[in-house]
Amino acid sequence: MEAATKKQLQALAVRIRMAALEAIHSLGSGHLGGALSIADVLAALYGGEMKVDVNNPKWPERDKLVCSKGHAGPAVYGTLAVKGYFPYEELKTLNRPGTRLPSHCDRNKTPGVDMTTGSLGQGTSLACGMALGDRLKGRDARTFLIVGDGESNEGQVWEAMAFAAAKGLDNLVVLLDWNKRQLDGWTEDVYPMGDYVAKFEAFGFDTVKVDGNDVEAVAQALERTRRRGGKPYAIVLDTVKGAGIQEVADTAMNHSIPVSDEQFERWTAQLKAELEGLEG
Amino acid sequence: MMKIVYTGEMDPRLCKNVLGETIPALAERDPDVVYLDADLMSCIGTGKWAGANPDRAVNCGIAEANMVGVACGLASAGCKPIVHTFGPFASRRCYDQAFLSGGYAGNDITIIGTDPGVTAALNGGTHMPFEDVALYRAMPGATVIDVTDPTLLISVLSQCVDRPGVKYIRVGRKQYAKVYEEGSELPIGRAVTLREGTDIAIFAAGIMVHEAMQAAKTLEAEGVSAAVVDMFTIKPLDEEAVASWAKRCGAVLTAENHNKYGGLWSAVSEVLAQRCPVPAGYVAVEDEFGEVGPQGYLQERFGLTAARIVEQARAVVARK
Repeated sequence: MEAATKKQLQALAVRIRMAALEAIHSLGSGHLGGALSIADVLAALYGGEMKVDVNNPKWPERDKLVCSKGHAGPAVYGTLAVKGYFPYEELKTLNRPGTRLPSHCDRNKTPGVDMTTGSLGQGTSLACGMALGDRLKGRDARTFLIVGDGESNEGQVWEAMAFAAAKGLDNLVVLLDWNKRQLDGWTEDVYPMGDYVAKFEAFGFDTVKVDGNDVEAVAQALERTRRRGGKPYAIVLDTVKGAGIQEVADTAMNHSIPVSDEQFERWTAQLKAELEGLEG
Repeated sequence: MMKIVYTGEMDPRLCKNVLGETIPALAERDPDVVYLDADLMSCIGTGKWAGANPDRAVNCGIAEANMVGVACGLASAGCKPIVHTFGPFASRRCYDQAFLSGGYAGNDITIIGTDPGVTAALNGGTHMPFEDVALYRAMPGATVIDVTDPTLLISVLSQCVDRPGVKYIRVGRKQYAKVYEEGSELPIGRAVTLREGTDIAIFAAGIMVHEAMQAAKTLEAEGVSAAVVDMFTIKPLDEEAVASWAKRCGAVLTAENHNKYGGLWSAVSEVLAQRCPVPAGYVAVEDEFGEVGPQGYLQERFGLTAARIVEQARAVVARK
């Protein structure tokens, strides 16, 4: 990957973090940890990998994103705002009465959100149906599915994975956000799920594991899913819950946390400095 | 066209065969229709067609929650999914998926739940939904149909394909008494008066329509004039039909193959309470789980018979 492209993607990831932080701070608290862990994959997707048209968010031929861990809505909204799907200022309406930005993703409310999610596990089957629908309609489109590692406690996730493999949905790319924490603590303590790579391989997926907070590594892993090989793809994203803001990452229970004005300003300043370093 | 041809004779067609012909016909008529099943294609005779049309029929294996989610994803891609499995799996097992991935997310799907209530017969209590209507009634914007006969099944199924929201059709796989002439069209949401009457109006659905017609005959011989109304659409309920018949007769009875909570009795009572409180009663399952046995035995066991309707109708009329 060219250095300039890499810097662009890294800068986009920082912008997504700033936007998610802004949305959550406007409310005072929210699902910050799991929003930050997926900022890099969102940057890789919307920074070039996905075929989308910001002026035509419902274009049937587009690639689709299902963020099945729907509570990471602020990260998705941040991405869409940065890409111009709706005014950036609207991020501050998160969860306010009448908002288009509810806590969990809603396809009927937010321009650019492709599927409604929030009840964990359900996005996985929906994504399978979307990928199958594109195939039945003869569209050259992929569906990207972000699944949380805590979310994968849900049995429906594995019903859907079996389905994807059984139907050879090679236009489906599963992105497992292995951030190692869930609401009640470390996944290894709460509900250990074993080896995800081995699981996906056993289910019949073309599987790789990458550093999910290294946007270049994620982009390269995504690039190889353009080829249709008869198998669905799984990319296990080795991430940190809270990645990109050290204090958040260092907060053990960071699933949903308050963000004070002082923290917001300090963290935003850190992110801005990072952005200046990347963009000069 | 709609013509009532009820004589008490059974329609020779088995509903499983009607489903096996109608689903492929709808798919052939409309390229957007996709049929999904959970390893029960052979139970409704769609297997052969599905095997020859793998791009239009999806066997989702024994995983109903995923099947409904997949159907909702297909709907968002512009398809018109028709999902089939047995009633308990088409309601309880996948309710959250139908509710959120379907209704809440605005993905329009048609769900067919076969073998409702006592028609599950020899599959027994585990397979016997007496609560599926209640569940789907509680889903905003859903349509709930209890099928009367094969002709009505064909009519509602073709309407459901293009109807917004989550549509739930409960239908037995075996024979029904013939009520409508073949080719009749029965608009969803419009109750059908099968028999005029002046003393009591009986609102019936599903297999209980036949029982109600038989009961009305008995009642007539006793000097009680009973109207019978086919309430095949339990949601959205034909409230005008309920209110106007309640006014005309001054007494109401409901009859359904379902728990007394949350089904037709509840739906009709809600209208009566608000618009026309008259003496009313019900024939329904008395808040029990199902059990195994031939359908005839189960109808007796749970009081879903013409005799029970006669008895309850007399009691309601006496309260006028």
